[in-house]
Amino acid sequence: MPATTISKAQREQGHARIFDLGQQPLRELNQALHQLTPGSNETAWEVLNPKGSHSVAVGVDQPVAVDVRGSVGYYCGGMNAGGAITVHGSAGPGVGENMMSGSIVVKGDASQYAGATGRGGLLVIEGNASSRCGISMKGIDIVVHGNVGHMSAFMAQSGNLVVLGDAGDALGDSIYEARLFVRGKVGSLGADCIAKEMRPEHLELLQGLLDRAGVTGVKAAEFKRYGSARTLYNFNIDNADAY
Amino acid sequence: MCGIVGLFLKDKALEPKLGAMLSEMLICLTDRGPDSAGIAIYGAATGNEAKITIQSPKPERDFHGLDVELAKAINAPVSVAVKSTHALIRTTPEKVEPARVALRSLRPDVRIMGAGEAVEIYKEVGLPEAVVERFDVRSMTGTHGIGHTRMATESAVTTLGAHPFSTGADQCLVHNGSLSNHNNVRRELVREGMKFETENDTEVAAAYLSSKIAHGKNLGEALEGTLSDLDGFFTFVVGTKNGFGVVRDPIACKPAVMAETEQYVAFGSEYRALANLPGIENAKVWEPEPATVYFWEH
Repeated sequence: MPATTISKAQREQGHARIFDLGQQPLRELNQALHQLTPGSNETAWEVLNPKGSHSVAVGVDQPVAVDVRGSVGYYCGGMNAGGAITVHGSAGPGVGENMMSGSIVVKGDASQYAGATGRGGLLVIEGNASSRCGISMKGIDIVVHGNVGHMSAFMAQSGNLVVLGDAGDALGDSIYEARLFVRGKVGSLGADCIAKEMRPEHLELLQGLLDRAGVTGVKAAEFKRYGSARTLYNFNIDNADAY
Repeated sequence: MCGIVGLFLKDKALEPKLGAMLSEMLICLTDRGPDSAGIAIYGAATGNEAKITIQSPKPERDFHGLDVELAKAINAPVSVAVKSTHALIRTTPEKVEPARVALRSLRPDVRIMGAGEAVEIYKEVGLPEAVVERFDVRSMTGTHGIGHTRMATESAVTTLGAHPFSTGADQCLVHNGSLSNHNNVRRELVREGMKFETENDTEVAAAYLSSKIAHGKNLGEALEGTLSDLDGFFTFVVGTKNGFGVVRDPIACKPAVMAETEQYVAFGSEYRALANLPGIENAKVWEPEPATVYFWEH
């Protein structure tokens, strides 16, 4: 939906604080978000005309809802702690990078390294994600409705990556303890990443993630689990080629 | 970083706006590369006219009287339109090579930016906004074009180090990334007889494509070859007389976004370069896959 079609009535009904990036500089938006204190009544925010801007709603650290009406550039929602950010469009590279908690929902597609190094919270991409989705993830949960590109979950350390579609080449290359659930095809597995048994606790965990991400009509049993074979944890000269 | 843009028009109604659209796309990406900027714009080829874009460090000296001297030297009609440090020479297609030879003796300091039936190339050091103003790019019309805003990594900040690089008739290339085996590839191409103006890695990529095409490959095949023969990071956007192509290396670190509507195909390093194009809300927008050649032709 184009940003300009949101009616005044709709805005007032939601009591959202509106930032139009066509009129106001991005710095004002981020500064206003950073100045929020615990218990603030300004819990609903709406961002219009992002037009691919970088760093939209970076560093949110209060439990507020931010609706971004359009597509964003690099690092949207980076370092998010507690915010519920929704991008009603597509996201550029590094959406939700180093997220701590809260949630980010991208209604469209996401570019490279979505959720990189994320430590917590939930990142949902309703379209496809590009290469290196969840690279070096450290506790974040990522649910991608579509496909993910090559080298996703590269060096992932902790957390869960759920892919309803297909994964590209070298999935989970050099992975540590993160869990990867893929419903579709996997192009190829990266170094030290293997298919693993789906035990009851994994089915339960995955079902919970699907529920939290608003996924319906898809069963946890339809997924395969992948994770680390743990052969690269300690340097062994016999494995030199795999590092 | 570097920023690259490209626009291939399908709708003739947009042709008068090509320069203005490309200019805005390029200026959007200024912070990806503030060192220099350049554009190549393809006007419709008439078949009986060739264009040579030249550049001089001393335009007042070198462009004065050039039309008369060059016409005499190649024994053909010549027009010279000066635009700041550049000039566009128009002559007949069969006189392009004689004109190149004549220029070397008439004006030894003049550099040829590009030549062909359709392409004009303007590039200089400075911010994209300044380069666009200097060459009045906004007023240019055409069928397709590519542009580049450079953050210098592999070679000096000079006019010649700016992109696009053109090493064959109506061929040109812009590059985001850096090549690690360019010296080796350059040596091989020099052995084949290719000539280089700079130490720039991108010029090697342009010359590589020209060499493959000279050996009978089509542009698609030549672009495929870059995936195995060029090492490093790259997103290349190329223009030909009637075509527009894109390829990314297999790792695909360098960003790329494309959009297609019934009116155009557009390329940008970032989405914001495309955000003001007409009908972008309903365009098909996607990231080109790594190691995959995309190509459109009129």
